[in-house]
Amino acid sequence: MKWVKVIVSFILTLSFLSFPSCAFQSDELLVDDEEFGLEGAPQHRSPEPIPTRSPPVTSPTRKRHSDLDSDSKIQFSLDHAFGDSDFSPAGTFSARLKTWSHGGQTLTKLRFSRNSFSDVEKEKFKNLLESDDFYRIRLPSNVLSPPGRDFIISSVKARCLPRESLDEHFVIHMEGVNVLAVNYGSPGSCPYPRNLKLPAKWSFSSHTVLKNREQAPRAPVFTEEILGGENAEGEVLQPAERSFWAKYWMYLIPLGLIVMNAITQAMNMPEEQATGLVPAQGQPSAGAVQRGPSSAVRRR
Amino acid sequence: MAIRSFFLFILFFSSSLSPVFSLYEDQVGLMDWHQQYIGKVKQAVFSSQRAGRKRVVVSTEENVIASLDLRHGEIFWRHLLGADDVIDGIDIGLGKYVITLSSGGSILRSWNLPDGQMVWESSLQGPKHSKSFLLVPTNLKFDKDNVLVVFSNGRLHAISCIDGEVLWKKDFEAESFEVQQVIQPPGSDLIYVVGFAASYQFEMYQINAKNGELLKHESASFSSGFSGEVSLVSTETVVALDSTGSILQTISFQDGKISSQQTPISNLVEDSLGPAVIIPSSVSGIFAIKTDAVTVFIRVIGEGKLEVVEKTTHEIAVSDALSISEDQQAFALIQHASSEIHLTVKLAHDWDGNLLKESVKMDWQRGLVHKVFINNYIRTDRSYGFRVLIVMEDHSLLLLQQGEIVWSREDGLASIIDVTTSELPVERNGVSVAKVEHNLFEWLKGHMLKLKGTLMLASPEDMAAIQSMRLKSSEKSKMTRDHNGFRKLLIVLTRAGKLFALHTGDGRIVWSHLLRSLHKSEACQSPIGLNLYQWQVPHHHAMDENPSVLVVSRCGPSSDTPGVLSFVDTYTGKELSSLSLDHAVVQVIPLPYTDSTEQRLHLLINADKHAHLYPKTSEALSIFKREFLNIYWYSVEDQNGIIKGHALKCKCTGEVADEFCFDTRDLWSVVFPSESEKIVATVTRKLNEVVHTQAKVVADQDVMYKYISRNLLFVATVAPKGSGEIGSVTPEESWLVAYLIDTVTGRILHRVTHHGSQGPVHAVFSENWVVYHYFNLRAHRYEMSVIEIYDQSRADNKDVWKLVLGKHNLTSPISLFSRPEVITKSQSYFFTHSLKAIAVTSTAKGITSKQLLLGTIGDQVLALDKRFLDPRRTVNPTQAEKEEGIIPLTDSLPIIPQSYVTHALRVEGLRGIITVPAKLESTTLVFAHGVDLFFTQLAPSRTYDSLTEDFSYALLLITIVALVAAIFVTWRLSERKELQEKWR
Repeated sequence: MKWVKVIVSFILTLSFLSFPSCAFQSDELLVDDEEFGLEGAPQHRSPEPIPTRSPPVTSPTRKRHSDLDSDSKIQFSLDHAFGDSDFSPAGTFSARLKTWSHGGQTLTKLRFSRNSFSDVEKEKFKNLLESDDFYRIRLPSNVLSPPGRDFIISSVKARCLPRESLDEHFVIHMEGVNVLAVNYGSPGSCPYPRNLKLPAKWSFSSHTVLKNREQAPRAPVFTEEILGGENAEGEVLQPAERSFWAKYWMYLIPLGLIVMNAITQAMNMPEEQATGLVPAQGQPSAGAVQRGPSSAVRRR
Repeated sequence: MAIRSFFLFILFFSSSLSPVFSLYEDQVGLMDWHQQYIGKVKQAVFSSQRAGRKRVVVSTEENVIASLDLRHGEIFWRHLLGADDVIDGIDIGLGKYVITLSSGGSILRSWNLPDGQMVWESSLQGPKHSKSFLLVPTNLKFDKDNVLVVFSNGRLHAISCIDGEVLWKKDFEAESFEVQQVIQPPGSDLIYVVGFAASYQFEMYQINAKNGELLKHESASFSSGFSGEVSLVSTETVVALDSTGSILQTISFQDGKISSQQTPISNLVEDSLGPAVIIPSSVSGIFAIKTDAVTVFIRVIGEGKLEVVEKTTHEIAVSDALSISEDQQAFALIQHASSEIHLTVKLAHDWDGNLLKESVKMDWQRGLVHKVFINNYIRTDRSYGFRVLIVMEDHSLLLLQQGEIVWSREDGLASIIDVTTSELPVERNGVSVAKVEHNLFEWLKGHMLKLKGTLMLASPEDMAAIQSMRLKSSEKSKMTRDHNGFRKLLIVLTRAGKLFALHTGDGRIVWSHLLRSLHKSEACQSPIGLNLYQWQVPHHHAMDENPSVLVVSRCGPSSDTPGVLSFVDTYTGKELSSLSLDHAVVQVIPLPYTDSTEQRLHLLINADKHAHLYPKTSEALSIFKREFLNIYWYSVEDQNGIIKGHALKCKCTGEVADEFCFDTRDLWSVVFPSESEKIVATVTRKLNEVVHTQAKVVADQDVMYKYISRNLLFVATVAPKGSGEIGSVTPEESWLVAYLIDTVTGRILHRVTHHGSQGPVHAVFSENWVVYHYFNLRAHRYEMSVIEIYDQSRADNKDVWKLVLGKHNLTSPISLFSRPEVITKSQSYFFTHSLKAIAVTSTAKGITSKQLLLGTIGDQVLALDKRFLDPRRTVNPTQAEKEEGIIPLTDSLPIIPQSYVTHALRVEGLRGIITVPAKLESTTLVFAHGVDLFFTQLAPSRTYDSLTEDFSYALLLITIVALVAAIFVTWRLSERKELQEKWR
């Protein structure tokens, strides 16, 4: 039965997802709709959020979607602050709240609409860029009853944001309906000597990723005989089978050197033969000459 | 290529080591030492046994019961009860059993006095929480069985001394009844239980000691109420103070009739200041009250009449009464006078006559006398002699007899709060403090003995001499810096507010200093030492300066009380200066900057989130200004489940212009949902940890780059339900979440849930990995998990050509504001033991492979190779992986008996393990502390960079000499032969 439920829910979400995509270019990510506390659904367990790159939201006016349950749809606002100024609204997140049979609630289909900067805000942002100060954002810690216990704050050096437009990247860590943390910053790197650069376009290109918790890998359980572990232990201690080269390199290298030595000597010999004037007897006579004095000394 | 060959070199080392390391019998004590302590003594009972060795049984604040030798202060036996098993009372029953009452009066145990074996244990329950009393009446018998009287948890018990059986019990269930005293007049079969009800009613119960029958219950109400303790002045009279602390109530309940007398303190003492408190004592006829300035001794004469016998402004300590004969009681009194203490022993009924009056010179570093225990003995001339055991402010224990300190124990070392290390002075003329150079003859003799030993010619006596010589080697206990960096000073701060310097060579106390700033004073009522920081570590410039440490303390238990800083020279132990701050100290951040005198800059965060810079010099300020924008820190609010990141903003905008005070701002926050997560552990990397290489060569000649950041924080949270004891929740409602958080930007780099797991969590963070230990409820076993984090942004630097041409990003500065590209690898393993502490070895350059040091529940330290906690272990490692040193996957971590660092010893009450790198790369110094102290040297990959201690230089020398001789002989021989040939 569980399997059937899971599959049905899966199909349902797929169908839900397919609807808005033709009506509206969604800037949200697919969140795996998996049930958490349920035992015995191992295949669909690890909900890996799939970040989808979204086009920049240019229009500040949001469209309402009639094809979704309005009661399960929620919104929460994003506030921003320039340096140490007070927070003011900067955009709205909207998402579908999914309630599970066991009472848990998760957010799916998060989308974000960013208000574009007003002229005053642009000026403030320019000031931030000049002073290399922080651009701060905040979210409520509970999306159902904002602000929850406290606001979630995140900040980034303003100079990290401007590229062509203002590129921003949100990673929202969720736990049910609670926002745990939001990681805010540029989608790419922000190399250290931060240079002053004004954006070409004063619009935001936002990327959002929703992350739920992942399950840790379980400790491996070996149901085989208990000796298995010890055998494995023993294997380590045993010298592993090594190649011929690995075993005898200390003998092979001197051998190679000797061979090479012999070869060079053999090479020298024909050379001498070629250069030497006396081809046949020269060699022994040369030897005799060499040995000559020594034997002479001995005999003296 | 050089890099690669170096990797291979490291790999060679890491794979050639064997996880087993152990030591031989004759190596014990060579480089390790173990010291046993008991903690601050709470109560002492002298064994009155005539025969056998004299001993004293003590209970301490560390929950230790110990039997000490009265002649030398050594421990005969000792038992450490659990942390929540606080000892309420001890006594000796029948002359051969030590009776202890613990856990709020709910556990009564009996121990055999000679050897400390437990005889019986009984559990005492009761209707409500109350004070607990343990009485061992000497002559109360019940079927030839001696009886113990215990009042605990609102119930009076009579218990057999032989087997711990409860003979009878009587409940005192009245809601508001608060027991104050339980009295058993000697020679009668009655027990009196007296106490207050509703704080203005005095209640007295008279009980038959034979069967627990209630004989009489009287009560009388006092409109002025009561406060504090009562003092028992006779078996039928108590003295109490009224609620204002200014009127003394003398209540007598003779024959079950309550009568009382009121005496205002002002009648007795003309200039009484403020409310008084009664000093608890049990001397009959006399009691003492203490106001702010004076201590007054008052005698009770007959029908509630009071008379002042002495008034003193000195600090004073009084012992309990000691019966020396049928009707005589003696007690000891200790008064302070400048550098001496005066001990007087008086008879209870005769204040003016002194049995004994002695003065003892006392080191003021020991502070005030906190407790006195008196004991008598019979002198050689058959008169009474007295000895007293005193507990000092620094928790040390001393025995005084015949005007001398017979022995002393530094039991303050049983409660260490923080540890840091300091280098010793460099050896120079006049610097060396050790005067243990022996003469030439001794030196020669020693070497001859050693030579004999190596040539196996030594007799057993010689062997013993060699061993003792090695143990007492002056080399290791010198007071100068050594080449290998093995000799250091361990600076420890104890709960008593005393700073000790221990020598790592033999563990002796080099100096000790009771911090004056931690002394109770007008401004600072109950100072508590918090932490130790290295304030000044001279190495480059300023070599002439002595290193110093910073002791941070505060004036009270709550975190918003003002802080106190003191600076102590680590060579001499002198307090250089101390500062009473006008702000609280919530957090201390040692900054990675030092000024020209090598003083480290510290940032102190106060309760209002203002940052204060120390030292307050303009130079420090200019250094600080330069790095102003690069300083980030975080704070953890455990109670709220919030972690916040902060940065500096600007100068303080307060009413007083302070250059060294800065406003701060919040940069990020992580809010854990209170209904599902509770922070149980936060761990960061050690600030001074050295990482040798960023790259890790894996099998197939591949390289992975470690994500090494000083700003990583490991956080573990558990379900609030599951934060209790193991087994209190089902696996379904318990989970553990592990996080890796970047503390500059607040990014969560890794987040993983362990379902069905529970704390307590012990974790250690090093390089790019974290290992944590927790309980798995589903598997019913402890588990250890490892998370390793690798940097992917540098992963494409593998190409040698890129490195050669410089087209790599290895040298570009890292900004944490970039989006991190990291991957994590993790794995979990079962582990048999539960842990008390966890640490990791640290070496000077970080080349040597790491070992985890696990403080097990058995109070031992186990070394476990980090290779066992490698997330890349697989069931069947490939050939390449095996060569790399990957161990085939097993489900549990092995415990190899030889790898216990503490070998056969136990570090009772283990609380912490500290590792310090030595100068020698292969070696790390390990200091484990709890009630006991243990120190040793460890070489996780063996001492590959030095010859071992037992390397035989003599044999090497002999071989060389023999070789040289052989060369000469053969040369002569060949010469002779040549000559002969020539003559032929």
